[in-house]
Amino acid sequence: MGPSIIDVFLEYWPMFLKGALGTLRFAAIAVAGGTVLGTLIAILRLSNNKILNFISTIYVDVLRGTPLLVQMYISYFFLPMVIPALNNVDKEVTVLIALTMNSSAYVSEIIRGGINSVDIGQTEAARSLGMSASHTMTKIILPQAIKNILPSLANEYISMIKETSMAGTFMLYELMYTRTILANKYLSWQPLFIIAGIYLIITLVLTNLVKFFERRMSVSD
Amino acid sequence: MTEKIALIETKDLKKNFGDLEVLKGISETIYKGEVVCIIGPSGGGKSTFLRCLNMLEVPTSGNVYFEGEKLDPKSTNIDLHRQKIGMVFQQFNVFPHLTVLENITLAPTLEKKISEEEAKKTAMSLLEQVGLSDKANEYPRKLSGGQKQRLAIVRAMAMEPDVMLFDEPTSALDPEMVKGVLEVIRQLADSGMTCVIVTHEMGFAREVADRILFIDEGIIAEEGSPEVFFNDPKNPRTKEFLSQVL
Repeated sequence: MGPSIIDVFLEYWPMFLKGALGTLRFAAIAVAGGTVLGTLIAILRLSNNKILNFISTIYVDVLRGTPLLVQMYISYFFLPMVIPALNNVDKEVTVLIALTMNSSAYVSEIIRGGINSVDIGQTEAARSLGMSASHTMTKIILPQAIKNILPSLANEYISMIKETSMAGTFMLYELMYTRTILANKYLSWQPLFIIAGIYLIITLVLTNLVKFFERRMSVSD
Repeated sequence: MTEKIALIETKDLKKNFGDLEVLKGISETIYKGEVVCIIGPSGGGKSTFLRCLNMLEVPTSGNVYFEGEKLDPKSTNIDLHRQKIGMVFQQFNVFPHLTVLENITLAPTLEKKISEEEAKKTAMSLLEQVGLSDKANEYPRKLSGGQKQRLAIVRAMAMEPDVMLFDEPTSALDPEMVKGVLEVIRQLADSGMTCVIVTHEMGFAREVADRILFIDEGIIAEEGSPEVFFNDPKNPRTKEFLSQVL
C-alpha cells in the first residue's frame, strides 16, 4: 500500500497547492475568455440575420455536442498545423483555446437564456415608448437579465474547474497533473484521493458562495 | 370635433399568425381628438389591430399611416413615430429595475434628450395628477396593480404623445382597482387626448367613447356612436355579443 494519504499530503502539499492554483487559473482564463466570446455568440444567435444565426448555432452545437477532450486534442495537435504561429507559443495556449471556445458555447447559451427570460412585455413597453433597439437592450433587458446570468456564470466557472482536469493530459501544471508526477514516485493511489478532496472543497466552497450571493440578490427583488 | 384631421389611417390591414388570419383587411381612420373604443369577442383581432397601429405587430399586408406618414417597422424612423404614439398594456409592463420616477424619466432623457432636471419636474407633476407622487422613489414591486397601471399611463404621457393606445388596460386588475385606472383614462380623454381603447368595460366605453368599433373575426363588423351602437345595433353578431355582455 505504501505511505498514507496524510503522509503524502504533508510531504507534497506545495505541489498540490501549485496544481490547485493552476486549475483555478485555467478555469478563470477559460471562463473570462469564454464570457467575452460567448457574449458575441449570444448576440449573433439573437440577431435576425439568418446567416449569422446559422453559423452561431452550428458553433454552439458542435462545441456542446462533442467531448471537450477531443476538442483539446484537435486544438493541441491540429491547430498548430494550420496556424504555424501557434508552434512558437507556450503549449498551454492551444489547450486554453479549446477550453475558452468550449466555455464560450455554454456561456452564450447562459446569456441567451438570461435575455430570453426577461418578459417580452418589457421590450414591447420600451419600444412603444420610442426607445431604440440598443437602448432597450442596454437599459431595460440586460439589467434585468444579469440577475439570471451571474449565478449561471459562476456555476459555469465551477464546472470548468472540473473540466480543466483534462488539461493534465497535455502536461499542463494543474491539479490532475500532480498525479502524473507522483505516479513516477510510485505513489499510485494516495494522490487521487487528495486531488478529489481538493476539487470537492473548491467546488463546495464556491457553490455555497454562489448560493449566498443569489439569496442576497433575490432579497433586493 | 368641428374639423376632422386624420391622425391614424389603416389601409386594408391584414395580419396572419401562421395559417390563422387574425385581421382580414381593416381600413379605418382615427381622427385627432377622438376617443375610440374597440370592443368585441376574445380572439376577434382587437388587440392585434391596436398593436399594428404602432407596428408592435407588423402587418402581413396593408399599411398604417400616422400623421400622414407610412409606418415602416424596418426604418429607424419608427422610433420617432412611436414616441408620439403612447401605449398602455394589459400587463402594465412597468420596468421593475427602475424606480417609479426613473420609469417615467428614462425614455424622455434618452430619446428626446430632455435634461434630467426637466424630465423629473414633468414626471413629478404627472405623478401628482394620478396620486402617486409619494411613490416616486419606490420600486414598482411596492405598487398595487392599479398603481402600476397608472404609472404605465404617465410613463407614456411623459413622451407627450399625440395619441394614446390602451390594450385592455383594466383586464389584469383586481376589481377594486379598475375604477381608479378608468378615472385616469377618462381625464385624459376629457383633456382632448386622442385615445384608442380596447376594452371589455362596456359601461366605460359607452360613457367615454365618441365612436365604438366592433371587431369580430378580423373585420370591423359594426361601428357607430355609443348611443346608436348600444341601443340600436344593426349587425346580428353585434346583437349577439351585446346580449352576452350587457
